[in-house]
Amino acid sequence: MKMERLVLGACSAIALSLAGAAGAETLTIATVNNGDMIRMQKLADDFTSKNPDITLDWVVMEENVLRQKVTTDIATKGGQYDVMTIGTYEVPIWAKQNWLVPLDNLGTDYAVNDILPAIRKGLSVDGKLYAAPFYGESSMTMYRKDLFQKAGITMPDAPSWSFVADAARKITDKSKELYGICLRGKAGWGENMAFLTAMGNSFGARWFDESWKAQFDQPEWKKTLSFYVDLMKDAGPPGASSNGFNENLALFQSGKCAMWIDATVAASFVTDPKESKVADQVGFALAPDTGLGKRSNWLWSWALAIPASTNKQASAEKFIAWATGKNYIDLVASKEGWANVPPGTRTSLYENPKYVEAAPFANMTLQSIRQADPENPTVKPVPYVGVQFVAIPEFQGIGTAVGQQFAAALAGQASVDQALKNAQQITERTMAKSGYPKK
Amino acid sequence: MARAVSTRRMLVLTAIGWTIGLVLFFPIVWTILTSFKTEGEAIASPPSFLFFNWTLENYAEVQSRSNYLKHVMNSVVISLGSTALALAIAIPAAWAMAFSPTRHTKDVLMWMLSTKMLPPVGVLIPIYLMFRDTGLLDTRLGLVIVMTLINLPIVVWMLYTYFKEIPADILEAARMDGASLRNEILFVLAPMAVPGIASTVLLNIILAWNEAFWTLNLTAANAAPLTAFIASYSSPEGLFWAKLSAASTLAIAPILIMGWFSQKQLVRGLTFGAVK
Repeated sequence: MKMERLVLGACSAIALSLAGAAGAETLTIATVNNGDMIRMQKLADDFTSKNPDITLDWVVMEENVLRQKVTTDIATKGGQYDVMTIGTYEVPIWAKQNWLVPLDNLGTDYAVNDILPAIRKGLSVDGKLYAAPFYGESSMTMYRKDLFQKAGITMPDAPSWSFVADAARKITDKSKELYGICLRGKAGWGENMAFLTAMGNSFGARWFDESWKAQFDQPEWKKTLSFYVDLMKDAGPPGASSNGFNENLALFQSGKCAMWIDATVAASFVTDPKESKVADQVGFALAPDTGLGKRSNWLWSWALAIPASTNKQASAEKFIAWATGKNYIDLVASKEGWANVPPGTRTSLYENPKYVEAAPFANMTLQSIRQADPENPTVKPVPYVGVQFVAIPEFQGIGTAVGQQFAAALAGQASVDQALKNAQQITERTMAKSGYPKK
Repeated sequence: MARAVSTRRMLVLTAIGWTIGLVLFFPIVWTILTSFKTEGEAIASPPSFLFFNWTLENYAEVQSRSNYLKHVMNSVVISLGSTALALAIAIPAAWAMAFSPTRHTKDVLMWMLSTKMLPPVGVLIPIYLMFRDTGLLDTRLGLVIVMTLINLPIVVWMLYTYFKEIPADILEAARMDGASLRNEILFVLAPMAVPGIASTVLLNIILAWNEAFWTLNLTAANAAPLTAFIASYSSPEGLFWAKLSAASTLAIAPILIMGWFSQKQLVRGLTFGAVK
């Protein structure tokens, strides 16, 4: 009898453990390598302890490598990933291809209406949310308060491009390796073209008119590019055509730039005394305008989406609800402090006095994000979605090719007119090959 | 007098040799040094060579974020597996082409080499689809097959070149003594071609170890080797040089140590038959 019980008990234990193992589901999550995502990876024990039947496998990549991998996988229905980190560029394109699962089942306490409207709009197609924002960013002006004070200039909260250019020229002292302004120059659709497209918006420029005709032959682009090239020649650092985010970050942190207009996420780096020599001297203002009603700030969000090829949708939804929900923000705040919570996604965060106190750049980030409208990015109407990009599959190729022309103009290898002429030809040719205007 | 000139010449040649060696090795030294700096010091201008606050925090960060040993194991299995498979195919192929050539042998060799001229991305989608349908995505076996196929032309070419240096008369003598084909290859050809085979093995391991296009595109969480491990430490937004350097140092360490111990074989193999 005793023996029977033992055998029965052992069998039950084995059966239970097998059932547990069979029920355990592994989610493969593809993410980009940035501070907020790495923090999420470190805090994921909180999710697995609440969901013991789910284990997590992480694939962390540099964003361009990740984009290539996940695009190949989703386009071929490879099914290697259950949760993908994608940006506001991919969401409208992929959702229209039915490659993504709409996120309408994230739970009753998810508070989807708390997501900042501009970000939600950028991640939705036909009113349906296809990716949940993990963090959001815009761009803004970061400047050195000490240098401005020394030059007797006061930075307004909402500067114009003419003010920024005058101040940059006044502060520049090339003999001391001090440059008035640092801007992106490295060619790439996500590098110089992110900045220049957003800058062009403030000058009234647009990539395409309503019938998808390229617009680089219009006066607004000539004004934009001439202004940029002249300003960088007079007040920018040498070799600016090789500078992207990281190069300008290094220049600003080492005290060589008086102004830097770039992603709002940079604010936490330049104010970090461990990494920045000028941490206590940094002020923030909106990205500049020219009085036409649009500022030169962009809108980006890294968001979590579920590919239609996964067969673990329910677990993936649970994970996304955890990682992008309000409770995750509280979890980060309790473990790592309010300054380290992922910014730019939820209205409630900016109403939280603890966050506003811990992050001096919070208000400027919120204002910058609010001012960006992905459906009406520039002064004139456009047929596309996207502030600093055009959400069509052809854009990565065209954007980088045009970026190379503009980088050549900045480096002095081509005139502004020649660069614009080439940009127009490249864009017209690719769009014609792709069958635009679509009927 | 002649001895003095010769000594001076030796000194100059030694100095030139050391200079070239140090210049070539400098990027690796710099990577190792950067891995012990903070992110702020890694981008400091002007950079400091030795006088900085040495820290192990980047290694600690890399250890806490990644499963280094899993990536090492994947790299070892993929590079050794693909080398073994490539040798098993290439030795008979090179033997046939070296000792029983036909009028098409040269064309076949050129055709094999021409497959290396196609940019890999051109066949990414077909291979990805084949792997998806055969369940080979994100598996070591899949990568062993791909690495074998992409390195096979080089392995065949190298072995063919070495085998050509071995006099056919020796093999003929073995055959006259009654050696079977298997014994001829295993006990006559292989021992004489050991330096050539050894250097081919080493080169193939290094090529498979460093390959980054296929290993990045065909893997996710399970079979990702050290190339994917390094790629996860680069970022377009944020400082990453010190952590990337620590990851790179850890990734190149095994192959560097292996190369160090086997350099004698490698040099002997690469110069095999160079001087007659």
